[in-house]
Amino acid sequence: MVLNLIVFMLAASGVLKVTDIPNDDGSRLKVEYLIPESFDSAFLYRVSGDKSVLIKRPTNKEGVIVDMGLSYKKEYRYRLVVYADTMKKEYESALVKPRASWFDTSQFPLFIVVILYTGLLLFYLQHARSGKSLYLRPIAGLQAVDEAVGRATEMGRPILYVPGLSSISDVATIAALNILSHVTKKAGEYETKILVPVRDPVVYTIAREIVKEAYYSIGRPDLYNENDVFFATDSQFGYAAHVSGTMVREKTATNFFLGMFWAESLILSETGASTGAIQIAGTDAVTQLPFFIVTCDYTLMGEELYAASAYLSKEPMLTATLKGQDAMKIIILVVIGALSILNLFGVHVTLGLF
Amino acid sequence: MLQRKIPLAMVFVFGVISTLQYFVPHPLSQQYYDTMLKWMIGVGSMAIFLALVSFLRHHYVRLRKKEHAPYSAVAILSFLFMTLVGFIGGMGPGSVFQKMFYYVQAPLQATMFSLLSYYMASASYRAFRAKSFEATLLLITAFIVMFSVTTFGNYVPGVPKALEWIMAVPNMASKRGIAIGVSLGSIATSLKIILGVERNWLGG
Repeated sequence: MVLNLIVFMLAASGVLKVTDIPNDDGSRLKVEYLIPESFDSAFLYRVSGDKSVLIKRPTNKEGVIVDMGLSYKKEYRYRLVVYADTMKKEYESALVKPRASWFDTSQFPLFIVVILYTGLLLFYLQHARSGKSLYLRPIAGLQAVDEAVGRATEMGRPILYVPGLSSISDVATIAALNILSHVTKKAGEYETKILVPVRDPVVYTIAREIVKEAYYSIGRPDLYNENDVFFATDSQFGYAAHVSGTMVREKTATNFFLGMFWAESLILSETGASTGAIQIAGTDAVTQLPFFIVTCDYTLMGEELYAASAYLSKEPMLTATLKGQDAMKIIILVVIGALSILNLFGVHVTLGLF
Repeated sequence: MLQRKIPLAMVFVFGVISTLQYFVPHPLSQQYYDTMLKWMIGVGSMAIFLALVSFLRHHYVRLRKKEHAPYSAVAILSFLFMTLVGFIGGMGPGSVFQKMFYYVQAPLQATMFSLLSYYMASASYRAFRAKSFEATLLLITAFIVMFSVTTFGNYVPGVPKALEWIMAVPNMASKRGIAIGVSLGSIATSLKIILGVERNWLGG
């Protein structure tokens, strides 16, 4: 059936409101519509150049939609077509161009915290350059590294070093590789073999270079054996099986489990405990920490893993960053305390950090 | 000397850009991020080749040692078999490669995973021996938590509430404490590497 329509072309003022959504990549526009009269059907189109695309069939008189997948380089117009009885009315918005932001203002509080924290760390680094010594509280797990390496030397058995199962993009893996350098140097001084099975191919190449460089730095390149740092498998439980087998057959005297671990943590550490090896573990995975605590002799909890490199090297520049961390923790504690007290009095403050 | 300076300079430049990238939603920033991801995948692919050479060499050397020989032989043969099967029959649905994965590798992994229950029992026995005040506290807490998740425990007055309190207050507080320390530690480690203070990843 063909309807004889009376067509109106109307300015969209008050009917269609199109605005840019801030803090995005310029791919979204907010379209608000308010149809002034009752209607049978309505169609909302996005018009760009000659192209017209239906984006919604409104059923209510008013509504808001977020039009996505746009380009910040193009201009857009929105057209609302409303049918009522024999009348057809068209409303058109003005041309709007989405804006791509260069700074996400919603992240401003986080940006300030990052700047503050970086400033604190730089301050303490500068402080360390002046040569003042900084006190570090004793961490049992790190004090035991020498003892653990010495034990392996006395027993004439190798050391096993597991740098976690995660990839190099995980900071815990980087922390574990930093400690690997210290442990290798120590093992090299005593001429003790160190075995490093790795799960991730990229981590394998880095671990290999670290071990090689560590032997070079203590003047013992002859101790480096390329078969001691090896790629085991990328399968999680395949890796657990391989490392467990290595612990049992090689009778490793000392096991280091440092880095990121998942469900295999208990399989590894319990097997190590059953062989009688001295075990030092460290991870930032909160769910795996209890397993390591009950099965290992020493466990580095969370941030202690990151502090290990500074602690072992005793380099003032590295220890200075630990002081920066502590200062930031004090600030966080004060903020948490202050906000909690305000909350008790019914004053709710949100910092917008997350 | 350049062997150290070039990587350190690259880490500084890309570290600073990547940090700022997080705060910039502009498409150019996203393009940079995507390019970096592609580079990571590219570098990772090359590392796989080196890793496989390492895998084969490691097990080849071990073939000469009596205690390791059977396991290394299985590892090498399995690797060669899967490679051959993958090249000849493909890796699609119904292929031998896929069947080997589903009917051999997956059950083997599940077997290793199931061992956890035994390890958990022995680890729990060791953890819950009431040798000190802390260990006794742990034992009591663990008993309440485990008891309250049983059908019977759920109906004992006060027990579900106790579980709720343990999980929401002391447990959550310690988890959050660790989380704050971990976050600050990981940022500090990243900054140390970006600023070139931490150089152990270069071998010390």
